[in-house]
Amino acid sequence: MVLNNIEKLLEKYDNGETTLKEEHILKNYFTGDDVAPHLEMYKPMFAYFLANQQEQFTKDVPLKTKRILNYKWISVAAVVLLMLGFYFGKSLNNNDLGTYDDPQLAFNDFSKSMELISQKLNRGTSTVGYLNEVNKGTATLGYLNEIENTTNIIFKN
Amino acid sequence: MTQIEFLNIVTPFKDKVFRLAKRLLVSTEEAEDATQEVLIKLWNNKAKIQEYKNVEAFSMTMTKNYCFDKLKSKQAQNLKIVHSNYEDKQTALQKQVELKDSVSWVERIIEDLPEQQRMIIQLRDIEEYDFDEIAKMLDMNNTAVRVSLSRARKTIREKLTNTHNYGIK
Repeated sequence: MVLNNIEKLLEKYDNGETTLKEEHILKNYFTGDDVAPHLEMYKPMFAYFLANQQEQFTKDVPLKTKRILNYKWISVAAVVLLMLGFYFGKSLNNNDLGTYDDPQLAFNDFSKSMELISQKLNRGTSTVGYLNEVNKGTATLGYLNEIENTTNIIFKN
Repeated sequence: MTQIEFLNIVTPFKDKVFRLAKRLLVSTEEAEDATQEVLIKLWNNKAKIQEYKNVEAFSMTMTKNYCFDKLKSKQAQNLKIVHSNYEDKQTALQKQVELKDSVSWVERIIEDLPEQQRMIIQLRDIEEYDFDEIAKMLDMNNTAVRVSLSRARKTIREKLTNTHNYGIK
C-alpha cells in the first residue's frame, strides 16, 4: 500500500508535478531505512539533497558603513572654534612694541629707516622707466595708419 | 538601516544564495566570493531594500546573474571542478560509507546537467521553493520550469539507474 503510493508519487515526481508536501513524503521515505530494493537507486539522490540543505555560508561579509558627513555638526564646531579664536585672540594681541626715551636716539633710528625706504623706492621707480620704451613702440605703430591709407587708395580704384 | 537590521533580513537566505552559487560555480571558494559580492551589493543598495517586494527572490536572481557573468568571464577558465565537501549527517555511519560513493555520483550527475536544469534542481529539490517563486527568480514561466525540472529529474534517475544496475560511472 505504502509502496504503491510511493511509486505513484515517484511517477509524479519525475514529471515535475509533485507538490512540496509530496516531495517531503518522498524525502522522508528515501532517507529512512526500509526502502524497497527496486527503488534503491533513488536513495543517494534524496540523501544528496538533504545533505546539501545543511551546507552553510561561513565567510564574513565586510559591511562598510559609508560615513555620512554631518554638515550641521561641522558648522557648529566651526562656530565654536571661531568664538574661541576671538576670545583668546584678543588677550594675546597687544600692540605695545616699546618706545624710545632719548629723543636723539629716536631721531637717528627714524632717519635711518626713512633712508632705507627711499633707497628701495628709487630702485622701484627706476624699473618703471622702461615704460617709456612702450610709448616709443606705440609711436612707431602710428605708421600702420599710413599703410591703411594706401590700401584705401588701392581698393577705391 | 543599521548592520543588524540588514543582517536580520539577509541571514535567512544567505546560505541559499551560497548554495545556488556553488551549484553554478562548483567551487566552494568561488561560491563564497559570489555570495559575498551579492551581499555587499545588497548592502550598498540598502536604501532601496524596502522597495523590493521579495528581497530573497531578488537576491537569488542577482546571484544567478552574477554567477552567469562569472562563468562567461575569462576568470572562469581557471575554475576548477574538483571538490568533495559535502556532509551527510542523516544516515548511520555504516550506511554513510556505503552511500558516500553513490552520493558523489549524484553530485557528478547534477554537475553534468545544463546550467538551467541545475539551478532548478537546486531551487526545487534542495531549497524547496514554490514553482511560482522559481519562475520569478529565473524569469521563466511556470510550465517551462516544470518541464525543465522533469527533464532534469529524469536524467538523474536514468543515470542513477544505470550506475546502480551496472556499476558504471
